[in-house]
Amino acid sequence: MTSPQYVNVGTDFHADWLDDIRVNKSAVERRVAALDGARPVSGEALVAFLVKAISCIDLTTLAGDDTPGRVERLCAKARNPVRRDVLAAFDVADIGLTTGAVCVYHGMIETAVKALEGTGIPVAAVSTGFPAGLTPFETRVEEIRRSVAAGAAEIDIVVTRAHVLTGNWPALYDEVKAFKEACGPAHMKAILSTGEHGNLTEVAKASMVAMMAGADFIKTSTGMEAVNATLPVSLVMVRMIRDFGERTGIKVGYKPAGGIRKAAEAVRYLVLMKEELGRDWLEPGLFRFGASALLGDIERQLETLATGIPSAPWRHAMA
Amino acid sequence: MSVKDKLQTMDYEVSLESRAAADAWLDGHKRRFGHFIGGKWVKPAKAQMLPSFAPATGEVLAEIAVGTKAEVTAATKAARAAQKDWAKTSGHKRAAYLRALARLIEKHAGVLAVLEALDNGKPIRETTNVDIPASVQHFDHHAGWAELIEAEFPGHEPVGVAGQIIPWNFPLLMVAWKVAPALAAGNTIVLKPAEFTSLTALYFAELVIAAGLPDGVVNIVTGPGETGALLVDADVDKIAFTGSTEVGKLIRRRIAGTGKHLTLELGGKSPFIVFDDADLDAAADGLADAIWFNQGESCCAGSRLLVQEGIAGRLLEKVKARMAAIRIGHSLDKTVDMGAIVDPVQLERIKRMVAEGTTDGAKVWHAPCVLPAEGCYYTPTLVTEAGTANILMQEEVFGPVLSVLTFRTQKEAVALANNSRYGLAASVWSETVSRALEVAAALKAGAVWVNGASMFDASVGFGGMRESGFGREGGREGMTAYLVPKAERKLKDLKAEAAPIGGNAKDIDAAVEAAAGAQAAWAVKAAAERGTVLRRIAETLEARADDFARKLEAAGESRKAAKAEVATAIRRLFTAAALADKFDGVVHTAPLRGVAFAMNEPFGVLGIACPPEALLIAPVTLTAHALAAGNAVVLVPGAVLAGDMKALFAGLPVNVVTGNPAANALLLARHAMVDALWSFAGDRAAQEAAAADNMKRTWAGMTKAWDWKNGSLTSGKALMERATEVKNIWVPWGDQN
Repeated sequence: MTSPQYVNVGTDFHADWLDDIRVNKSAVERRVAALDGARPVSGEALVAFLVKAISCIDLTTLAGDDTPGRVERLCAKARNPVRRDVLAAFDVADIGLTTGAVCVYHGMIETAVKALEGTGIPVAAVSTGFPAGLTPFETRVEEIRRSVAAGAAEIDIVVTRAHVLTGNWPALYDEVKAFKEACGPAHMKAILSTGEHGNLTEVAKASMVAMMAGADFIKTSTGMEAVNATLPVSLVMVRMIRDFGERTGIKVGYKPAGGIRKAAEAVRYLVLMKEELGRDWLEPGLFRFGASALLGDIERQLETLATGIPSAPWRHAMA
Repeated sequence: MSVKDKLQTMDYEVSLESRAAADAWLDGHKRRFGHFIGGKWVKPAKAQMLPSFAPATGEVLAEIAVGTKAEVTAATKAARAAQKDWAKTSGHKRAAYLRALARLIEKHAGVLAVLEALDNGKPIRETTNVDIPASVQHFDHHAGWAELIEAEFPGHEPVGVAGQIIPWNFPLLMVAWKVAPALAAGNTIVLKPAEFTSLTALYFAELVIAAGLPDGVVNIVTGPGETGALLVDADVDKIAFTGSTEVGKLIRRRIAGTGKHLTLELGGKSPFIVFDDADLDAAADGLADAIWFNQGESCCAGSRLLVQEGIAGRLLEKVKARMAAIRIGHSLDKTVDMGAIVDPVQLERIKRMVAEGTTDGAKVWHAPCVLPAEGCYYTPTLVTEAGTANILMQEEVFGPVLSVLTFRTQKEAVALANNSRYGLAASVWSETVSRALEVAAALKAGAVWVNGASMFDASVGFGGMRESGFGREGGREGMTAYLVPKAERKLKDLKAEAAPIGGNAKDIDAAVEAAAGAQAAWAVKAAAERGTVLRRIAETLEARADDFARKLEAAGESRKAAKAEVATAIRRLFTAAALADKFDGVVHTAPLRGVAFAMNEPFGVLGIACPPEALLIAPVTLTAHALAAGNAVVLVPGAVLAGDMKALFAGLPVNVVTGNPAANALLLARHAMVDALWSFAGDRAAQEAAAADNMKRTWAGMTKAWDWKNGSLTSGKALMERATEVKNIWVPWGDQN
């Protein structure tokens, strides 16, 4: 499955786009709560949403003990994420279902690129001193260049949280813009580490700044923060994507990452995207999950839906 | 549709809730219902029957009986017969019954939710998540009041038999709102549900049987408005009505002079104010709770959007996008946001009003939502460029129609918001706490939601100001609407008094205008400062005690009585002065992260027509308390002391009109700028009927011989309660990540 690539050429820094950003936390929570249950996804729609979720997963391994063998196994899973007979039960064995990408550290890029050759599955690399982003600026930029050179089609950058926490938006803009330039043709996802922001208004402003600076995707978390992706944070970020789109006509993608482990949660995220941004954001070109455990649960749910019998984890190939 | 196709469209699947249990229940009654009187189903042999439709499809769900005088009388008799024992039943035991009802509603929640959705047309998700659980909560909350009643309301007794007339927009929830406090306080009731939506009330009757309530405590008579009118006329001690302002006024005029208690929860045209420092996405969401919720068929619907001019364009884009995403469909479809309009009659009314508004120049935008092919539906609608005079800006539509006005400044926003005969609810959207709370305080509304809409809790009183009615439902305020002080019951009834002709309309008008002009400044004075001013007046009176005593003596009082009266009047002044900064509001323990607080607010202009007796105590006590609460006063004292009252209250927002109180009271009752009237003179029935025009608050039970010397009912906190109305302000908080 291919979906169109959206490129954010960015804009100048507009301080006034930030001035009137206000986020009311209670209202955000109410909207999220109201949405939960307002759009029950059932029947064929549920199968479609689960299959769609798989196509949007950045299948991820970011561990110090990653080895080429482990990464190759992960890539094999990305190519064949669901047992063929399960997909056949829904007559979708022939749609070429893969995950959205495989996401690794720099050192594993070449292994992954080789393992995924010919599949069209992009390799994403976390970069810029992931996860804290506090290594020297020059080495962070250089890390991007080397990852792109090594074959990464997507770069997940981290930002300097201090810029967010001190409200130094021009500095954040300059940083992200420099990263974007270093990415060249590679797709850039800007990780904001929202769990470390003081409030949702900061999340919103950081989102807007990252998009002005050219982020093709905005992403919640490294997966290493105490709090990672949540629905309220996601609502705030996707609304900034909508505002940015209204101002510029540019479509920016969204990637919640960390902590999304259950199929039902994934469906909730897809409903949020559909309701707030529309159908276009239900494709890997504009939506990804940063997740490692999610796929297993979706597989189980799909088999359960196919057979009517609750499935078990060991019936599905592990990543 | 195949999964492959779904992967292209990514549409949701229609997901219909099963109606089998509801149908089985209806079939069990052969889809024909009688009335519930004295614990039994009564099926009048030759009853006229009314069909009850499912507005989503137009199918007839069942037939309900039209209650006639015979049934209404039988029901009130049954309630009367049951009332004494019910009142004698301990609060603890009554609480057990209310808890039993709560548990039964919970147990039958599934079928009730389906029945309600079918009968009313509202989405099953809302009946499941709002109507039914809120009903349960209401019974549980009031079971608590019953449990505490002896401790919390000493010296009170139930009003007696309450006639309760409820609307079709939240059928079962309104049953709970009416029945729970009435029963908790020891009243028995006759309930008339709306003819469009009687089915869940009838189901509730079965739960009453299952809960083992004594026969006659709860009686339900179905039928149209005519049946309600019969109930108003019947042998009841109180009428509690929720519905349109128009009908509320009819009811009030009808019972004027009968001494029946009355609470009215009426219509609204509630403002939804969005400032340029608001979270605009949140405000657009809030409108979903305010005006699209329940198809806009809500008395507190935020139907007037007031938006600051500079952000109007952006907000309306967001609102339109939000409206376009509204899913409309069959009430049992779990994926819809809006269901059907309750009845073709209501649909026609909505269409007629929108047409009239359009003719008068309003621009109308209908959201591009897909409506089902059949059934009674209306598209969410946005009205712009209407101006303030348009019917869509003035009148309650009771449908999903939102009218928009822009404002320039905060001051103008408040002025536009209060430019209405109604005063039920309001929403204020601003992230600046000082602005949001200042606006909340300035709004004429019984409920104000800051950065939110349509928040409710059984512990927080709900009810209107101005023509949105009076009385509160929920919490302590709601309980007091079903209780009466025992001492009041012992008062003698006065004979109806014929009103002398005349009065001085010009003087009254000038006095009212002067009072209205002075009120705002007086109300915003620090309460302690009002107390200081009143204390000085008390001291003045103290210094002139002998002088006043002589005047009373000259008017025919004995020396002893005159001296005693002056002493009492001085005490009352000091009491009012002391209470000025001690009649505090309440912070509720509502279920939100934040605070819901009740503020005791003055009415505004309070007219006082003094009794022929208590020449000094009455005007001084009444005026002092009215002032302490922050009201401006138009005072018509007895002729003997009129000049002295002028001198005593000089420099304060008290405007004394000389002339016969009995003759001038009706003028005050008629005056639309008088917000409340305390009258102890003249034809009280005529005054009460006249007061219905602008729904001014009157001292209820004016036909009693009030005891001025014993101030337990006529001074102190009891009088402060009569001098104020409650505004509940909801302020959710939260910012930290």
